[in-house]
Amino acid sequence: MNKTSIALLVLIAAAIVVLISYTGDLTTYETIASAKERPGKFVNLIATIDKQQPIEYDPVKNPNYLTFTAKDSLGTSIRVIYRNNKPTDMEKSDRLVLKGKVVDGQFECKDILMKCPSKYKDAPNQTLAPSAS
Amino acid sequence: MNYIGEHLLPGQIGHFFTLLFLVSSLVATIAFFVAGYARISPEEKTGWNRLARLSFAVETISILTMFATLYYIISHHYFEYKYAYNHSDKGLQLEYLLSCFWEGQEGSFMLWAFWHCFLGWIFIARKSSWENGVLGVLNFAQFCLSTMLIGLYFWGNKVGSNPFILLRLDTEAPIFKNPAYLTLLRDGKGLNTLLQNYWMVIHPPVLFLGFASTIMPFALAVAGLLAKSSDWTKTALSWAGFSAAVLGLGVMMGAAWAYESLTFGGYWAWDPVENASMVPWLILIAGLHTNLIYHHTGYSLRATCFFYILAFCLILYSTFLTRSGILGDTSVHAFTDLEMNTQLVLFVLVFFLPALVLFFFRYRSLPAKEKEEDSYSREFWLFIGSLVLFLSGLIIIAQTSVPVFNKIFGTKIAPPEDVEFAYNQVQIFVAIVIGLLTAVTQYLKYKTTTRSYLGKNIWIPTVLALVISLLISWLGDINYTKKGPGFLWAIHVALCAAIYAVIANTAYIWLVLKGKIKAAGASVAHLGFGLMLVGILISSSKKTVLSWNTTGITPLSTDNKKSAAGDPAENITLFKGVRTDMGKYWVTYKTDSIRPTDKKRFFDIAFESKKGDEQFSLYPDVMKQNKGGEGFAANPAARHYWNKDIFVYITSFQDTDQTDTSRFQPKNIRVGDTLFYNSGWMRLDSVSVNPISKQHLYQQGEMALFLNMTVEAKNGGRYPLTPGMAIGGTRWRAIIDTVVAQSLAVSFNRVVDEKKGLLEIGVKQNASVTSLLTLKVYEFPMINLLWLGTILMVIGFFLAVIQRAQKRSSAVS
Repeated sequence: MNKTSIALLVLIAAAIVVLISYTGDLTTYETIASAKERPGKFVNLIATIDKQQPIEYDPVKNPNYLTFTAKDSLGTSIRVIYRNNKPTDMEKSDRLVLKGKVVDGQFECKDILMKCPSKYKDAPNQTLAPSAS
Repeated sequence: MNYIGEHLLPGQIGHFFTLLFLVSSLVATIAFFVAGYARISPEEKTGWNRLARLSFAVETISILTMFATLYYIISHHYFEYKYAYNHSDKGLQLEYLLSCFWEGQEGSFMLWAFWHCFLGWIFIARKSSWENGVLGVLNFAQFCLSTMLIGLYFWGNKVGSNPFILLRLDTEAPIFKNPAYLTLLRDGKGLNTLLQNYWMVIHPPVLFLGFASTIMPFALAVAGLLAKSSDWTKTALSWAGFSAAVLGLGVMMGAAWAYESLTFGGYWAWDPVENASMVPWLILIAGLHTNLIYHHTGYSLRATCFFYILAFCLILYSTFLTRSGILGDTSVHAFTDLEMNTQLVLFVLVFFLPALVLFFFRYRSLPAKEKEEDSYSREFWLFIGSLVLFLSGLIIIAQTSVPVFNKIFGTKIAPPEDVEFAYNQVQIFVAIVIGLLTAVTQYLKYKTTTRSYLGKNIWIPTVLALVISLLISWLGDINYTKKGPGFLWAIHVALCAAIYAVIANTAYIWLVLKGKIKAAGASVAHLGFGLMLVGILISSSKKTVLSWNTTGITPLSTDNKKSAAGDPAENITLFKGVRTDMGKYWVTYKTDSIRPTDKKRFFDIAFESKKGDEQFSLYPDVMKQNKGGEGFAANPAARHYWNKDIFVYITSFQDTDQTDTSRFQPKNIRVGDTLFYNSGWMRLDSVSVNPISKQHLYQQGEMALFLNMTVEAKNGGRYPLTPGMAIGGTRWRAIIDTVVAQSLAVSFNRVVDEKKGLLEIGVKQNASVTSLLTLKVYEFPMINLLWLGTILMVIGFFLAVIQRAQKRSSAVS
């Protein structure tokens, strides 16, 4: 076996090891109920904002503290704490991906991804409403 | 129904040329392949070639006409067309009209097809013997692209999305029952605010030229495999060099755009969209280097073919990733789903599978050398480097493809907790290996190198690099401990390797090439690459947050100093006109203003260094979002120094124009009366009618009443306050006045009793009457090295391509 083949094998083995170890870092999407069962585990929640509950963000008191209630499709809800600024347009988004973990019954959120209503998929009447009125 | 006011002709022209594009690209594909590979006489071949070129010309004209037509539609604001309605509006500035093209998928496919034509004609003009094969492959790609644009239904399946479709044919809405619906459809939805940036005018064309150009080495390899020949490799070198330069530039322009107008706080976030365009570049670079090996030694032809095929197919794969909507939850900036997923998958497979089959079919017949490479040869280490780049690309694309994996296997795997670190912890080692190889490999000669030659030339740069990197590690204060000591070590080693790459390549230009810049293309490119690595390593590991929220106004309460999620308090609150302590600086939010041309609200943030040696202002802005949102998109601003950037963006602000939830408390008052509020009292001094000093607040024909009041705060502040109302006919409106420093707003509601002189005012005390904003401020040291390195690398690539072209023309003559 020549050097090139050995190098090839070693490097490919390294790449495989890296990818396998990467799978260990991967997290999962959970429902709020299953996240609550495993406090401290880093999970991803797909949820919406519960508009009945207040969204609290007061930059005068603390610009790095946002709290609101999230609700998932199964109807379970949880108080979310996000220690950062309130993302623009948060109320508008119809779906949130929340990354974080449950601590003391609250969701300590590290990152919020917002999914805004798709401009193609929603009802055309609605889409055309602002300019048609 | 006859609709009134529609302009149907441009759409008909556009759609006609779309179909012509489809047909001519198909004819050109067949004709080029017949001319190239059919067993016919040379005369017949010339005939077919002529037909092929003619079709290619028709195709090119079609594309250009489509472009012109769509531009006409957008620039004339014909909102009866879906494309114009969805991607533009009347208020759009002229320079961003072109950006409308690439906001939608259709326009960017057109751009891609245009560049294919452009490159095809250059290839024809260069009179290569590979014209028929290469142009055949290229035209097949054009045919595939044209199917993305036809928007026809076949057996109930939609094929492509037509950019010239009328809105009413695509969307059902009640307003289309009105023949004069265009009078109601006053304006389009506009261009996404994030794309209204000058980088978005230049970045997509360059990136798509990069995308398009990867087909050239691919087509050469495929044509070569078909013809069982390998003399395409010389031509491929120039094209691969060109492609690497343009694609690299395009990707880095995207990074510059992200840095300047997005707010993920940097130039690279390992977003799937970014990865998908960088990975083909890595593979292409691997192919370019194995191509060089083959050119000089006869090794690595198989690897070259494989890498070129893979690079192009990964471009197609990235097209699938970004356009199919599959990235969904993992990417912040993919295209909107047009429901063409099957077609996009087919686009990848129709190239990848046949090319792969062809490659394995021909694998044995590809010339390969039995003899092993020498350990002191350039080719051996070039090959190792290519392999590392290839595997690095493979790892990145595998990590990026988790959503695809989920889709295929129905799993619900999510990205890791710290996405960026998941990439960084692997790629830092790639950076170390590639940095070292970039430094050393040029000092090795092809076939074998005598140790004395190597030793004589390499010791100076090696010692120099070691000294400099040790000095930087020692004095540079690189202390990125967030990810543990192992990662910090890796950063230091990688930095050393990157500095070695910079110094060794600079030294190579002076010591070995004796400063002949023309011949130093490769070294210049490597020098640039090394600088990029240094810039990336220093700016990321030493990126500091200047806006730590530690001020007296909004102190951290002890319990959330370190939250469970470990989030830093990176936002600082500034009140208008209040000088605030922020680390090295005093910062003041002075004022804000709205620019009429694009409705951007600019904030004037004044910085004063505490040492007193520096004063400057930064103007970050926010722009009202137009699509599906009423919020604001922030644009950062940066102050550039030679060795760092101060980078600022607004994370939230309170719009004083906004109505807020707290109410005005009604209170009755007479001239001379005093009213108390939470932190002081106010007195009504007098009432004035149509005062000249307030003329700007009321219109002609209106009668205006103003209350001249004085506010005295407990802490001794004294402020004038003049709320008023303007009456015009039967309508009246309130003119509210505020005392920002006291968070006080007062309105004049009505006259309660004219005879008694009793008036009603509304008093509101609320934070939201105060102008305040929160912002983040970062310092990026040495980021200029990244940009300088990028420019040098591109220049180096072009030097090498030009040098090769000159060699070729001197060999021909």
